[in-house]
Amino acid sequence: MNQATYLALIPLFPLLGSLIAGLATLMTSHRQSGPPKIIGWISSLAVAASFGVTALGFNALRNLDPAERYLEQSLFTWMDIGRLDLSVGFLLDPLSSTMLLFITGIGFLIHVYSIGYMSHDRGFSRFFAYLNLFMFAMILLVLGDNLIVLFVGWEGVGLCSYLLIGFWHEEAANAVAGMKAFVVNRIGDLGFLLGMFVIFWTLYQQGGSATFDYRLMESQAALIPAGAAALAGILLFVGATGKSAQIPLFVWLPDAMAGPTPVSALIHAATMVTSGVYMVARMNWLYEITPLPLTIIAIVAALTALVAATIGLTQFDIKKVLAYSTVSQLGYMFLACGVGAYAVGIFHVFTHAFFKALMFLGSGSVIHALHEEQDMRKMGGLFRKIPITAWTFLAGWLAICGIVPFAGFFSKDEILWKAWSSQNALLPWLPKALWFVAFLTAGITAIYMTRLVVLTFFGKSRVEPQKEAHIHESPATMTFPLVVLAIGSLLVGFWGTPEFLGLGPNRFHDWLDPVFHGQLYGEQDSAHSAATAPGDPHGISHGISHGSSHESSHGADHAHHDTTIEWILMGASLLMAAAGIGVGFLFYLKNPALPTNIAAGLGGLYRLVRDKYRVDELYDATVVRPLVGLSRSFLWKVIDVRIIDFIVNFVGMLAKGLSFAFRILQRGYVQTYAFVILLGLAFILFRAM
Amino acid sequence: MLAIPEIGWSDLTPLLPFLILCVGGLVLVLIDALIRGRAGFPWAPVTALLPAAALVAYAARWGDAVGETVFGTMFIEDSFGSTVGVLICIATLLAVFLSGSYLDKVGRTRGEYYALIAFSASGLVLFASTTELLSLFLGLELLSIPVYVLSGYLRKNPLSLEAGMKYFLLGAFSSAVFLFGGALIYVTTGTTDLVEGLRLGAGSPLAQLGFLILLSGLLFKAATVPFHMWTPDVYQGAPTAVTAFMATAVKAAAFGALARVVAAGSPLWDNIPLTQVLWWVAVLTMTVGNLAALTQTNVKRMLAYSSIAHAGYLLIGLVVFSQTGDHDALSGMLYYLLAYTVMNIGAFGVVIYWANHEREHLEIPQYAGLGWRTPALGLAMSVFMISLAGIPPTAGFFGKYYIFRSAIEHGFHSLIIIAVLNSALSVYYYLRVMVALYMRKPVATLELGRSTVVGAVVAVCAVATFWIGFAPDAFSFVPGVPSIVEWVQGAAIAAR
Repeated sequence: MNQATYLALIPLFPLLGSLIAGLATLMTSHRQSGPPKIIGWISSLAVAASFGVTALGFNALRNLDPAERYLEQSLFTWMDIGRLDLSVGFLLDPLSSTMLLFITGIGFLIHVYSIGYMSHDRGFSRFFAYLNLFMFAMILLVLGDNLIVLFVGWEGVGLCSYLLIGFWHEEAANAVAGMKAFVVNRIGDLGFLLGMFVIFWTLYQQGGSATFDYRLMESQAALIPAGAAALAGILLFVGATGKSAQIPLFVWLPDAMAGPTPVSALIHAATMVTSGVYMVARMNWLYEITPLPLTIIAIVAALTALVAATIGLTQFDIKKVLAYSTVSQLGYMFLACGVGAYAVGIFHVFTHAFFKALMFLGSGSVIHALHEEQDMRKMGGLFRKIPITAWTFLAGWLAICGIVPFAGFFSKDEILWKAWSSQNALLPWLPKALWFVAFLTAGITAIYMTRLVVLTFFGKSRVEPQKEAHIHESPATMTFPLVVLAIGSLLVGFWGTPEFLGLGPNRFHDWLDPVFHGQLYGEQDSAHSAATAPGDPHGISHGISHGSSHESSHGADHAHHDTTIEWILMGASLLMAAAGIGVGFLFYLKNPALPTNIAAGLGGLYRLVRDKYRVDELYDATVVRPLVGLSRSFLWKVIDVRIIDFIVNFVGMLAKGLSFAFRILQRGYVQTYAFVILLGLAFILFRAM
Repeated sequence: MLAIPEIGWSDLTPLLPFLILCVGGLVLVLIDALIRGRAGFPWAPVTALLPAAALVAYAARWGDAVGETVFGTMFIEDSFGSTVGVLICIATLLAVFLSGSYLDKVGRTRGEYYALIAFSASGLVLFASTTELLSLFLGLELLSIPVYVLSGYLRKNPLSLEAGMKYFLLGAFSSAVFLFGGALIYVTTGTTDLVEGLRLGAGSPLAQLGFLILLSGLLFKAATVPFHMWTPDVYQGAPTAVTAFMATAVKAAAFGALARVVAAGSPLWDNIPLTQVLWWVAVLTMTVGNLAALTQTNVKRMLAYSSIAHAGYLLIGLVVFSQTGDHDALSGMLYYLLAYTVMNIGAFGVVIYWANHEREHLEIPQYAGLGWRTPALGLAMSVFMISLAGIPPTAGFFGKYYIFRSAIEHGFHSLIIIAVLNSALSVYYYLRVMVALYMRKPVATLELGRSTVVGAVVAVCAVATFWIGFAPDAFSFVPGVPSIVEWVQGAAIAAR
């Protein structure tokens, strides 16, 4: 009854769009005029169609009983070897449908935006081929019903990210940035693969059914011992630190801004970089087995949020500021997962997608208006000249600062609350520390975002005179997505209003809860609770009682505390945001000399932050250079050139040499031919008789 | 002793495909005489009616092909023979359409060409449907002599003349070899029926010798090493449409006859190391074919060596069959022959398509950039090259897969390792065509010809190249049409 034959359409449309755009690119590559603009609309329509089908599936889910709220479609068996039975199938449940709604919806808007943004680019149709291919891979990643399909999508989005970062590959720096993203991601992917194998191998060893299927794995959670679960959880998170730009692998994301701005909005803010959060949420049952991985995730996430926010304070490239802000916000999402509040993490993924895509597209519009100027020191006073961009940008700014009632307010505030109210079995003091770091980061976020807005839109114009005259608002294809996203940034937070505000239950949590409490697939629930029973780190899961019914767990969650603390914390974070904004205006509008003085006062510390803590240099000295040195002197010049190339070339030369020998034998004389026939006959008779 | 069998009218119905082609050829000669070389007669479509009608005859008698012999034992109608016959007719049909356009381009449209094709096709059908020495020889000569003439058909082209002459001389030589082998068997056993003769003479060294010599004569027609040396010269020199016909129809019949003779020799399997001999021939054929193809620059010559290499893969089916008597090995071979037919005719079709009235473009470097100039033809050529190289999801891949799989199942591991290595080697020269098509800048602008009919044949072949591999049961919804895999699996040599 939960079969849905239309799920495959969701990835199919962008795939077809990508093929069309790709073929158009190939066919017109020799033509001077380039491919027709209709390609952009075809690609956009393909994503719109995916969105339509997703909405259809979402609606179908809503009409299902919460305990049975999933739709599935199995496509084919990919391989069936020994005890590994790998099939390709799709699973639409509250989690994946929520992800897909904003991936396809915002994806569509960004496609439309790109039609305007890329209109003068020679690689117009190639861009859409990549962008649609990215959508295909991203949908696979989210919609797959097992880790292997997720991994295929995971690698697919990585590939597209690489292609799109280096889209303008004529400039070496862009190509290098693409390569950096690819290599750093590969390191994470190795961890991810190993994590997958650990789960598979453990199930295999314990005599369970070795599988990558989410539901089958979850039903066998009881078989996985704590040590293996910790190892697998940490390894999977290593993969997530690569894809979702967490410490220590966050270094690629700021460089990824070398790609066209719509790419930064779609891939490096709204969708791909959140796939690590999705993966952790998807594997929540694994992280519930033992507390160590989540503790690590929470600490790493909080540090990432703080570190990236401080770097954001010191950057002058408008896109770099947004990039560090993305890293910081991703830290918030993982922090939520790290305290066991997966639904909150996903909620922040959801709201962040709107306001961060909005701000990236807005910055793109600014850059477009200023003819590729990205340095905020050469902006200022743009508010009246590009009003739509400016007004919509303000919505994003208020959302990320956490001003009520914008979307970011609800999600960020809830993360702070969950961090505060969680318990940690390993480090009892950790929750309050996490809260404090997140709280502090919220203030810094408000400061650097206000700085960005002030430097760009307010104050006196510092635009170079020759560009000043040409400033223009962007075309409708670009402003329309901005307006839609601005409205979204204002409204989507109301899907997840916390219960204590008196606006009714938290509908977003109610929607996602079945996924995270193992209730979606009824009969497997007992196995799940059995797995977590011995030495259960109840603290991690902040009082979720496994196996209890949905309502009672919900009730238990809120019975513990007095809502006054929630009110106080909410007020505190609002005050923090307001203070941050105030400081921002004071520093960068009223008294521009002040931050300079402070920076001078801080001296070395300021320079360290401005240089992004010199992490790149550290990696360069400790990892990259030794590795490159070894590769050059030994792997390349000895192993590759002397040994491998020698073997390959030898085989090739041998084949060619023999080929020439046969050519010489083939002299064209019939007598020779007849003689060879006789020889052959003699050979056969000699062998046989 | 030659017993005179009783012959009635009902004996003629199993011969229907043979008769249609043979009598049709005579009618073509008559037409040619009547219109006295006037231009404008639609030779190709009229000739195409013959293999088409033969196909209908095969379809009509499909259920009746149960292994009955007519004219004594001179002709056998079984499912194997009918399957090979169908392959021959398909190849002939496609080759006739290629011929029409080709002859127009070289300005040599004559009725006799088509009559010769029809006669040769009738010989091919007979060749694959008999185990009687006399009719086997009759079929051999009936198929060969027209092909000798056709190879030298372009009288003013020295290469073509040389090809015809060489093929004739060496063909006569191998016919003599064949006859000598047959004579030894007859001398020993007193019968011209191969099945009975080999049953009687299984223990006799003279009959065993005769069998091997006879087999060698047939291996010549299948273009296998060391009887292959005529192939590149003849394939290159012959008119391209004739080359396409030789590479597909003749090859199908030759392998049909080979399989029949190997099957008839089953009483000898324990006495002579037949499997070993075929093993060596297969390995030599694919290795020499592929190695020699590596450095060819002429597309016809490259395809000639490629056809030798493919004969090697096809022989694997016979190697397995000669050890086990397992018909699955032969069905893999038949499937491969079908795949080989469409991809090869297609490749030659593209060559003919591009030829203009002045000349053909046969040097691979000349194809530089053509993939961009004529995208559809370039794409089709790429499909054929990919399929010939055996890359999925094309027919060429599945053909190799079926053959290799049955060999693996019977434990021929080293043979398959050699075959797969060979297959990898072949990718080099097939991809070179694609490299030229897409990655090289044209030096001079070629004057390309065009032809709607050839374009249609190429399109059909390109689609079939995918269809045979990817959806072998695509037409199974039509009642009575089996999937291709089932069809070749149903083909069995009738035991007598």
